[in-house]
Amino acid sequence: MIKTGEKVLLKGNHALAKAALNAGCKCYFGYPITPQNEIGEYLSVEMPKMGRSFLQAESEVAAINMLLGAAATGTRAMTSSSSLAIALMQEGISYIAADNIPAVVISVMRAGPALGYIFPSQGDYFQTVKGGGNGDYKTLTLAPSTVQEMIDYTYKAFHLAHKYRTIVFLLADGMLGQMMEPAVLYDYPYEDIDNSDWALDGAKGRPGRWIGSIHRTETALEQKTLALFEKYDKIKQNEIEYETMFADDAELLITAFGSVARIAKAAVKRAREAGMKVGLFRPISLWPFPTQELNECAKGKKVVLDIEMNMGQMVEDVKIAVNGESKVEFFGRPAGYYFTPEEIYTQIEKTMEGLK
Amino acid sequence: MATKDASIIFSGFGGQGVLFIGMAMSNCAMNEDKYVTWLPSYGAEMRGGTANCTVIIANEEVASPYEQTPDYVIALNAQSVEKFEMKVKPGGSLIVNSSLYHEKERRTDINYVYVPANEIAAKIGEIKCANVVMLSAFIEKTKIVKIESLKKVIRNVISASKAKLLEINELAIQKGAEYVKLPVCN
Repeated sequence: MIKTGEKVLLKGNHALAKAALNAGCKCYFGYPITPQNEIGEYLSVEMPKMGRSFLQAESEVAAINMLLGAAATGTRAMTSSSSLAIALMQEGISYIAADNIPAVVISVMRAGPALGYIFPSQGDYFQTVKGGGNGDYKTLTLAPSTVQEMIDYTYKAFHLAHKYRTIVFLLADGMLGQMMEPAVLYDYPYEDIDNSDWALDGAKGRPGRWIGSIHRTETALEQKTLALFEKYDKIKQNEIEYETMFADDAELLITAFGSVARIAKAAVKRAREAGMKVGLFRPISLWPFPTQELNECAKGKKVVLDIEMNMGQMVEDVKIAVNGESKVEFFGRPAGYYFTPEEIYTQIEKTMEGLK
Repeated sequence: MATKDASIIFSGFGGQGVLFIGMAMSNCAMNEDKYVTWLPSYGAEMRGGTANCTVIIANEEVASPYEQTPDYVIALNAQSVEKFEMKVKPGGSLIVNSSLYHEKERRTDINYVYVPANEIAAKIGEIKCANVVMLSAFIEKTKIVKIESLKKVIRNVISASKAKLLEINELAIQKGAEYVKLPVCN
């Protein structure tokens, strides 16, 4: 066992699995898929030793519904999967959202569409943030960019899930899952949240409770969804998270999330050293998206350059946020090869040249 | 750009321990307070074929754990030489397990270092230590990290109950480092 506070070399998938255990995750349900298999592999060994439940489900459809059931008892629980298999979970995700159930889903993106391959990708921004399930719902989504952040945001995912009784996604990719990097594991920093007033934890000695998404009258149905969105408004007010670097006096502002943001940072630093006024705006909460914050930041910029390892997904939210304050351009490539800092630097040079 | 101290690819047959020596190298770098990333090849190519991992060591945060043109390649088998020889950065080095590779050099703009790691390991009495011989030779040759760091890392990894195994690995470190100091290697 790793001592708390010690800097160790950790694989992204192992780091988040260890963090989940520290966060008090009592139940894990999942079905194997590369590039996130180390999560299940690790938990399958550790959870039984701790008297917790690890269950390899017969399918992703089963896993997400098991998560729904376990989390409905107020128990901290999670699943993890990747892209094409997260696609199979969409029905259950919609139910978890509608039922106000606190559940954590780890999504380690790989290349698509469809089977694609195991290479890292950011092709599931839409799948996660816009949702693939039916109806009006939102999924709180956090996007780490280092192994350390895999720990930080796994903790935060469990915290926010229980604080708002909502589904929270940790959106990583194959690069972050597979790579090792020095990181510090520390104790779960959030207070425990009392679930006793709603959880389906046995009705002995109290009236029964009901959790469900069916509402047979017009009024009840409308009230249910309005209440859900009142909650989403609170999340928007309190939980937007982003990071900026050299943004204040930048003429060119780069937007990037997750693993691409860390690569872009190096290119931005080099551009600054070369005297170019370039900055970075990195959304960390992808929903709620830092719309107002990016709008403010984009004011007076000559161009906002959105960079993603896909053919252009977050760029739509960037455009909504920038809302005409600046020109928005996109630079992306589909999964397969990886952005190098040099490649992004070259694009920065080209874009700056175009501004003259 | 982050001034990279080194980008290194460790490559060999699955089972030769290339991921392990990549991790050992990464731990050495971390213990010397450098920034480091380790990234394995993962998926189908691990099953029965060659395995490799990329280690990036730098003085500031590592941007990307990937490297198409590494400074160094440590090749433990012939397939790895064939796969990576042309990718080494000009001026970089290819460290070859010469027990398993006897072909001609295909480039003139990189350095070749030959270490008969299987023979050295066999003499110690444990052929499985060929990976540690290679790593030790590489560290001694390049001084990217200290040999002393490697000794510490190996002592941490091998539990005290396996004293014999630790002894063999320490011998592998010594012999690998000694080999690259020989005139034949310089």
